[in-house]
Amino acid sequence: MVSGSELMSFIILDMNKIVLLIVLCFIHHISVSQEAKKTVNHEFETEIEGEYRYFYEDALFSDQQDHYPSIALKPEYSLSWNKDYESINFKGFLRFDRDDERTHWDIRELYYQKAKNNWELSIGLKKVFWGVIESNHLVDIINQTDAVESFDGEQKLGQPMVQFSLITEKLGTFDFFYLPYHRKRTFAGSEGRLRFATVVDMDAISYESSAEEWRQDIAIRWKHYFGAFDIGLSHFYGTGREPLFQFNPSGTIDAFYPIIHQTGLDLQITHNAFLWKLESIYRNADAQDFFALAAGLEYTFSNIDGNGLDIGILGEYLFDERDELALTTLQNDLFFGSRIAFNDTQDTSILVGGIADLDSSSKLFSLEASRRFGSSWTAAVEARIFSNIADGDLILSNFRNDSFLRIAISKYF
Amino acid sequence: MKTMKLLGAAIALFVTSFALAQTAEERGLQIAKAAEQADLGFGSSTVELKMTLKNKNGQTSERFLITKTLELTEDGDKSLIVFNSPKDVKGTATLTFTHKVGSDDQWLYLPSIARVKRISSNNKSGPFVGSEFAYEDLSSQEVEKYAYKFLKEEGGLLYVEQDPVDPKSGYMRRIVAYNKDKGYRIEKTEFYDRKNALLKTLTYSDYRLYKNKFWRASTFNMVNHQSKKETLLEFRDYNFDANLSDGDFTQVALKRAGN
Repeated sequence: MVSGSELMSFIILDMNKIVLLIVLCFIHHISVSQEAKKTVNHEFETEIEGEYRYFYEDALFSDQQDHYPSIALKPEYSLSWNKDYESINFKGFLRFDRDDERTHWDIRELYYQKAKNNWELSIGLKKVFWGVIESNHLVDIINQTDAVESFDGEQKLGQPMVQFSLITEKLGTFDFFYLPYHRKRTFAGSEGRLRFATVVDMDAISYESSAEEWRQDIAIRWKHYFGAFDIGLSHFYGTGREPLFQFNPSGTIDAFYPIIHQTGLDLQITHNAFLWKLESIYRNADAQDFFALAAGLEYTFSNIDGNGLDIGILGEYLFDERDELALTTLQNDLFFGSRIAFNDTQDTSILVGGIADLDSSSKLFSLEASRRFGSSWTAAVEARIFSNIADGDLILSNFRNDSFLRIAISKYF
Repeated sequence: MKTMKLLGAAIALFVTSFALAQTAEERGLQIAKAAEQADLGFGSSTVELKMTLKNKNGQTSERFLITKTLELTEDGDKSLIVFNSPKDVKGTATLTFTHKVGSDDQWLYLPSIARVKRISSNNKSGPFVGSEFAYEDLSSQEVEKYAYKFLKEEGGLLYVEQDPVDPKSGYMRRIVAYNKDKGYRIEKTEFYDRKNALLKTLTYSDYRLYKNKFWRASTFNMVNHQSKKETLLEFRDYNFDANLSDGDFTQVALKRAGN
């Protein structure tokens, strides 16, 4: 029996070999280019983050803790030449935590890139973001979510890909993705908070495809802008990023990654201080068909005090046809928030918000604040509060005692 | 003393407008156009700069940026600004398409989540990254964005009052001193707030002539008279030979610049 973490390191190791191979393929090419263009730029920097999460309510499940001190290392390296039209970029990630599953490492990015006037090619592990909405990211599907890393789903695992972008003046930008390898979502271990009663073993989740993680997936996206309109249309065909869960009456969970077709639309209209936003997806698999939508607006009162204080107001409506099976738990919800930016030397900013479930009493409040100290330190404070979580809420009820405060201090080298 | 100066300016104004049989408004516009004409044809440029923010107690903080500009004649210029420091915001970048008429189009790249976000260009008067430069001070200076009035000629400098067309501007007016003999380069700008009180003075110095035609100041010093804060911009050598094109000013290029 292979343990979860061993299997995970095996898979990542395997993936690294592929990336190494890809990078090696380019070394010959690079050495030729280097002779032609002598100016090569190197940049290296590292962030070391100390983090403390405190869950102030009694744990629901055994083994769960209240205090989680943690440390993370985020090195970055880039090498560019040919007037920066060619580069190799690396972003690594390593975290130690009390929860064995949150103790993890990843290659967030390691890719070779070449750009010409109207096209760009990237090969390797990369991060790609699609979308416009703040409280949920429906359209964004290229990268797997690093779910143990943050609650908002904005932290992603590096995705192996070949990305080709074609930029046209009249017809917008076309992105073509070849995604040769699927990465499984991370889940908290038995000692971790924000988990189900049954610990989900990420490696035990199976695939619909017989090729398993090696199913060769593709995606295409068209992005354009006309005046105030920014529009994106995308289609993904391959193994989905969200596992499909079946909660058995015995308390066990069956889960697998289905093969999906997902079509996405994202639209933003930028008019004066208003941003009007819409994201929508239709996902189709043998086991499941559904539609989801998020629509909202953001309005910013800028430079209120003549000293740079900006206050933005956000409102978003979230709908998901999966209803209570939506992993995001945002099936019929309203989000309200405010973004406060002081525009001071320390880049002080605060984001507060609340999500209310329109079908139940469940509410989720959040606060994120950050500020720089000196030239190379930052401090961040985060709070997530689960309030009045309805017992019938299939997913959120597991987290009802998982409100937490988080403080993080980073030093940049 | 103030009245004397004003009177002097008024007389100078009267004399010059009479001499050229041209209104002060016409002469002001003519100077702005001459300055634009003198800088025409630079094509594209890249430059690295250091921004030093100084508060009223003299404490400083620094940031390093790279700016790329593409000259366009039918519409406003395109520009790309990339932050290299402080390190926590390294890679943060903005792409701006200036328009001669109407609001600019602007995108922001956030490297931590690899997200490109279209942002409102409504906030003209707000400070750029905590500095004494407002967004509107750093955007491309298109002739169409102001109404002009020639004030006086003094010590080889032509003083022109410029009233922003956009009601969202933080200024009632600015007074710009052009150096006629040096390709109409700007030596000094005074900014008056919405209450018509002197807010800031921007002094340009260490000018260098590039390609035998284009004057670029190596130092911009912005002093805020009301908050007593200062921001110093120090430019390294301009590169006018990068031959940048539209392809270097796309959202794809914005992401690339931030990585």
